[in-house]
Amino acid sequence: MGRFDFSQFVAKLRGGFVSPFALRRLGVLGMNARNVHYIARYNDRDLYPIVDDKLNTKHAARRHGIQVPELIAAFESQPSRRRVLEVIDPLWQFVIKPARGSGGKGILVVVGREGDTYLKPSGAAVTREDVLRHVSNIHSGLYSLGGKPDRVMIEALVDFDPVFDKYSFEGVPDIRVIVFRGFPVMAMLRCSTHSSDGKANLHQGAVGVGIDLATGKSCHAVQRGLRISRHPDTEMPFGELVVPGWRDLLRLASRCYEMTGLGYLGCDIVLDRKRGPLLLEANARPGLAIQVANGVGLRTRLKHVEAMDLEQLEKSVEERVSYSMQEFAAARTLEQAASA
Amino acid sequence: MSPRAQVYILAALLALMGAGLTIYKNQELGFPLLPGEYRTVWTIEAKVRFTAEGGPVKASLTLPRAQRNMEVLGETFSSSGYGFNIVRDDNEYRAVWSRRSATGNQSLFYQLDVHQTPGAPLEQPLELSTEVETPFLGAREQEAVRQAIYSLVGSARERSADTKTFTGQLLTALNDPRNQDRNLIFGYYKDRTLVDVALLVLAAADIPAHRIRGLYLEDDRRRLDPEDLLEVYDGRRWVVFEPNTGNPGVPKNFFIWQRGGKSLLDVEGGRNSRVTFSVISNDVPARDVAMLSTSNEKEALVDFSIYSLPIEQQSIFKLILLVPVGALVVVLLRVFVGLRTSGTFMPVLLAIAFIETRLFTGLAIFVLILVLGLWVRFYLSRLNLLLVARIAAVVVTVVILMGAISVVSYKLGIEQALTVTFFPMIILAWTIERMSIVWEEDGPYEVVVQAGGSLLVAVLAWWVMTNRFVEHWTFNFPELLLVLLGFILIVGNYTGYRLGELMRFRQLVR
Repeated sequence: MGRFDFSQFVAKLRGGFVSPFALRRLGVLGMNARNVHYIARYNDRDLYPIVDDKLNTKHAARRHGIQVPELIAAFESQPSRRRVLEVIDPLWQFVIKPARGSGGKGILVVVGREGDTYLKPSGAAVTREDVLRHVSNIHSGLYSLGGKPDRVMIEALVDFDPVFDKYSFEGVPDIRVIVFRGFPVMAMLRCSTHSSDGKANLHQGAVGVGIDLATGKSCHAVQRGLRISRHPDTEMPFGELVVPGWRDLLRLASRCYEMTGLGYLGCDIVLDRKRGPLLLEANARPGLAIQVANGVGLRTRLKHVEAMDLEQLEKSVEERVSYSMQEFAAARTLEQAASA
Repeated sequence: MSPRAQVYILAALLALMGAGLTIYKNQELGFPLLPGEYRTVWTIEAKVRFTAEGGPVKASLTLPRAQRNMEVLGETFSSSGYGFNIVRDDNEYRAVWSRRSATGNQSLFYQLDVHQTPGAPLEQPLELSTEVETPFLGAREQEAVRQAIYSLVGSARERSADTKTFTGQLLTALNDPRNQDRNLIFGYYKDRTLVDVALLVLAAADIPAHRIRGLYLEDDRRRLDPEDLLEVYDGRRWVVFEPNTGNPGVPKNFFIWQRGGKSLLDVEGGRNSRVTFSVISNDVPARDVAMLSTSNEKEALVDFSIYSLPIEQQSIFKLILLVPVGALVVVLLRVFVGLRTSGTFMPVLLAIAFIETRLFTGLAIFVLILVLGLWVRFYLSRLNLLLVARIAAVVVTVVILMGAISVVSYKLGIEQALTVTFFPMIILAWTIERMSIVWEEDGPYEVVVQAGGSLLVAVLAWWVMTNRFVEHWTFNFPELLLVLLGFILIVGNYTGYRLGELMRFRQLVR
């Protein structure tokens, strides 16, 4: 053991941090600023139930003609054993979700079945009893905020578009789009990895891939805060990744603004093989990891939208998407950064 | 007005109010700003002694009027077998002891605690008679004395400009043993004191004057006789003189017992009566002095506050008042640092438990219960119980664990562990439940991060809450909570980066 060198220790500690002024210059949005300037100002509290409860989201989406994964059944109150079995018995593939779960907690995905045992995507077997227990757990509020009793949703498993198959390990990637006052401002693809245990949470080791709003191509990829160019498990280069039907996807995200009324919104979207983009859920408090995935700060783009006049804000979905694709293109952002 | 401006205005108002009340309490009511301040409190005891003659006895002693720079904190009377009351007569309070029959030596006590405060000792317009009773000096044998007195008056008047300087000159002459006139007067009035003679001469000069009886406050003095000062009316106001030096003004540590007026002690039915004083100083915590002096005046700020509660409730409040400080620590750590904890204010409750248990015992017990609880909880999760039943089962388990820890450690002779009861059981059970979910969903690493974060916040909160200054301020100046509230409002407006974010977004800069 060498002697403890204090100055070296301080230098190392400082190396881990960056100056707040540098972050401000880059237009990085911090958690406090997000809460005060965007969530508190643009998201009305009384609109939260639409996004906090996935069943409400589903109903609202249906009213607005937004595509969502098919709902098979929903249990408002503690369902009887027979009722649950009645619903899941004819199914081969399904997803059980809490309506008010947060952070992807409490989602049970069944991709196959052998008699009375169900298979999870990881290949692990789940018994019928486990499924029943899961339903009861959701119902008693184990996964909801504050432990309030929750509703149980049974959804059809999305028939995922195979384009991302090679970019994901075990789990299915979803696309997060931040929509500010109806304008898509930033997007990322979340790919699960072996080290994230099939989960799409960036802080658990999933890869965040920044998507260029103009083209739907990947522009930046990050795992655990470090820039990477290939998927760590499948070795696929991210440079070749293109999201098919990108404009449709942005249109869907943009329409969520009218659907929810929330000014600052995160939309989680998945691609179905046949139906195209589907809204998985909407989030009134989207996280900030998207900035890391894109390598770009959100604040500059949010300010750009904030500076618009009323006429610009009343544009149609189509116009907004076109505007965003042009204004928030990765090439343009780089240009601005270079000139700044 | 924008919400932001409202926050700043509200915060400023709250802070001003809190700070104002605090300054008022410190400056006017004497509550000490720092812990461990002591004030000198003088205990003065008057002892009245006389020999009773067997018949009815009545003794009355003049009590000190409230003096402006001396605060009376409390008084006690003791006299076995005597009836006692206080009567007011002619601007004076007198303690009256009475008894139907008494024989032999009698002792009566009056004791008071006073505390010296800054300020002028005497109130000016004093309703004391300014009439002068010219002494009768016409008798033949008094011829020489009369000459001497008028000669003193004459020479003093010659060397002075007004009553004040006149009195100064007169006292200098009366203290000068080489002055022939003075020696003649003292030779004639052999049993008179300096003040007696000075009063006589002043009366001859037609100047209103009277004596002030009192004591010099010096530690550990016993069997003191009262000392006299001279008070002279100069036409507009009363001026006090120290007779031996001739200096105007009340000496600094002089406690005025009686101003003007008549006798100090009257005894009927007894003889050889005498009153002596003894003085002791003791150092008393400044807060107690402030409490005593304000309780007399019924100061609303103190009378309608936590101090008016019974002692037991006060000690509970001592703990409760620390909670906002703990909450502030949590706010600071979350807003400026971005620490993740399990349950927002759970660390504050832990910190309170730590105050009772002492830090290391508390940490050890908490970790022990958490580990054992998680272990039991993992088994319970295999039993497919409903949520409420499972948490209740965890609560029961926690209680059993607490009992077991107490009993086992007591048998082992570690009595510190008995304080385990201070941990909030339900909170512990919920923490265990939440931690086990975090374990299942996010893995043991996240459990360590969250538990570690909570413990770090709890330890920091404990450290701040046990600081003696913080303890002193929260309990003695609860008004400071308004300042704290204002500060929290302002912190709630902070939109800058968190310390954790400077690390989280470091890749964006490179």
